Amino acid sequence: MEQAISIQAPDLAALFPQWAIPDPRAGYQGYLVQPDHLVELVTKIRDELGYDYLTSLTGVDYIEDGKLEVVYHFNRTVGGPGLVVKTQAPRDNPIIPSVTPIYPGAEFQEREAYDLVGIRFQGHPVLRRILTWEGFYGHPLQKDWKEPFYEEEAKPFKSRWPGGVAVRAEDNNPFGDNVQYPAGFNPEEWVPEGDEALYKAMRRLHGIDPDMETDRMIINLGPAHPSTHGVFRMVVLLDGETIVDLKPMIGYLHRNHEKIGERNTWLQNMPFTDRLDYVSSMSNNFGYALAVEQLMGIKPPERAEYIRVMMAELTRIISHLIAIGFLGNDLGVFFTPVLYCLEERELILDIFEAVSGSRMMCNYFRFGGVARDLPEGILEKVKSLVYDRLPRKIDDIDRYMTKNEVVRLRTEGVGVLTAEQAIRNSASGPVLRASGVPYDLRRAAPYSIYDRFEFDVCTRNHGDSYDRYLLRLDEIRQSLRILEQVLRDIPDGPVMTGKPQYQIKVPPGESYGRVEGPKGELGYYVVSNGKPNPYRYHVRPPSFINLTSLADMCKGMKIADVVVILGSIDIVLGEVDR
Amino acid sequence: MNGTGIIRALGVAFKHLIHTYLVDIRAWRLGKKRYFTPEGVAERSSYSTDGIFTIQYPEEKLPVPEEFRYIPFLVYEEGENGEKNLRCTSCGICAKVCPPQCIWIERTTDPVTKRPVPAPAQFFIDVDICMNCGMCAEFCPFDAIKMDHNYEIATYQRHSENIYDLQKLAKPVSYYAKIRPTNYAREEAAREAEKAAKAARKTGATTGD
Repeated sequence: MEQAISIQAPDLAALFPQWAIPDPRAGYQGYLVQPDHLVELVTKIRDELGYDYLTSLTGVDYIEDGKLEVVYHFNRTVGGPGLVVKTQAPRDNPIIPSVTPIYPGAEFQEREAYDLVGIRFQGHPVLRRILTWEGFYGHPLQKDWKEPFYEEEAKPFKSRWPGGVAVRAEDNNPFGDNVQYPAGFNPEEWVPEGDEALYKAMRRLHGIDPDMETDRMIINLGPAHPSTHGVFRMVVLLDGETIVDLKPMIGYLHRNHEKIGERNTWLQNMPFTDRLDYVSSMSNNFGYALAVEQLMGIKPPERAEYIRVMMAELTRIISHLIAIGFLGNDLGVFFTPVLYCLEERELILDIFEAVSGSRMMCNYFRFGGVARDLPEGILEKVKSLVYDRLPRKIDDIDRYMTKNEVVRLRTEGVGVLTAEQAIRNSASGPVLRASGVPYDLRRAAPYSIYDRFEFDVCTRNHGDSYDRYLLRLDEIRQSLRILEQVLRDIPDGPVMTGKPQYQIKVPPGESYGRVEGPKGELGYYVVSNGKPNPYRYHVRPPSFINLTSLADMCKGMKIADVVVILGSIDIVLGEVDR
Repeated sequence: MNGTGIIRALGVAFKHLIHTYLVDIRAWRLGKKRYFTPEGVAERSSYSTDGIFTIQYPEEKLPVPEEFRYIPFLVYEEGENGEKNLRCTSCGICAKVCPPQCIWIERTTDPVTKRPVPAPAQFFIDVDICMNCGMCAEFCPFDAIKMDHNYEIATYQRHSENIYDLQKLAKPVSYYAKIRPTNYAREEAAREAEKAAKAARKTGATTGD
């Protein structure tokens, strides 16, 4: 029983010596590939080595070497170690072949890397900006790009101390205007040509003459639509009421979290991660803490590990309760289920508030532990929740939602995503597992102390909206099971390794920290160059990548089903748009 | 049978509805006040609650836990003649650690020697920018900056009232002890222990000679 099956990561340099060399830089893992051989190698990685899942794709600007780099993280959905592949292109002509034809899950991520880092992916179906708009100047994650309220390259800013006098950023703006436009761009005369082009392309793609008036039409759902869970827009091509094609349009809440992260010091990023997926801030803290701890080579003490798992599982319950409740709203079961769910959530938030000081923006994790120990009496409260109240209330939800004909008629068979599609589109979390793929990072690549707990990786086999709902209910029960074990075993002791420090030393190198967040795999790719600020800070947001599957789920469905399908994916726009 | 699911769901909702009245009636018969009393609020927001869950803000307010954090303030010790001795030494750690960089500190310089004096000449916090993360309070080595509990700080004038200066930020240590009794007691105990250790070292050194 003790023997875990371990699969060695393949040595690409030995298998394909003509294509790949190990990354020579200190603190870096993985293999460097020439862009010319990338497509061949990635095809082999998928077909011969069994790495069927493209976890993360991102760009890094190494301005001193004059290179833009793309980093690919591959994984197997059966578990085991990951594979990191990198490729570089010169900064002045950054052309890299697209892997979207091989891994369709790369579509949004490549668009993001194009938008923010400026890498042009050859062979990408629609290489347009995704998070910013057409009138956006430059590529913000390039190291020489400066934002309109630019003050200094890195925090802390020198103007704050010792001679600090408060100034508002808008009064002290070096550009005189808070927007910069690309050369030749006039906002007064701008028509959203991107939109027109998109509509035309969608029409042409599906064989409709753009000049002919047919009964197929394009509808914009959102961005300010009550069912889109935020500012999210879907361009839908309709044939009568049936959806022929759907394109998600995002970026309305974009704030360039990653650029902010690169200006911040390592620790200053922690409260910013709260604001990604703002209903599950503890999980966001967790992933970032893991990524930086990997780089620093430290481990939190036992008690801190238990507290972390406890908080992460409570967060999962909150997030799933919200998903289930608002799915009810989307179905027209207006506000009764969601308020019953929010009631339980409030009680969990009371715990977060007592522990961390804030209900939603917890900012509780630190590198090497947690910010402070649990206050007195809080474990009893968690106990009464976990052992008594929550199981009762979850059964209640089960009773009024699961067998409810309204729910079943609207969700069964709606938005089906097959296992192959889910893996291909790099879906993760409940979306992936409801399609029958038992891939849960807590089991597939256990982090923290998840290898100690007994729980089941829940799966459902139909991949429709109903299964995604049921799966969330199952996962809440499994989280309660983990919480029971945490409450049984939690030891006494310190909650922090070493002294709490505000200026930590992070050795040069890269790391990728990943946790199974409530919405899916939440990954942080960080690069350090030994300075007090991260050189590169990238978030792999599960909601954003899960949206890649939205079009596949919606095709052939009715327009009213889009709302349900979106509700069943459970996105949070703070994380999608970052 | 078709429709039983809906009926059962309606039953659950109906039970909730009836229950809110039953709980109120039971409390009334026992002579307990469920509304507009601190005990009532505590009962309604507790884990065993079954009836009405909501709080009638602003007539009723949920008590905040001790660790609750909102906008920082500066702690001062009250002198004998009513003077305010700020604990702050203007070391600048809070300004350096602040993630949105909303703290500005001007250090005092001695007018004669031009040397820095460990006290702030000015201290600003832009509460529009502050994200209430609490890191300034967490890393302050002098326990001089702490997070407040007062969350009702809305103003009519963003431009003139939302940058807090030294006068607005300074609050007495007694206020701090009131809102965070456990933390205050722990810090005072640590301070006393340090003082005792220092004294012991001193006497130890003198007797050793």
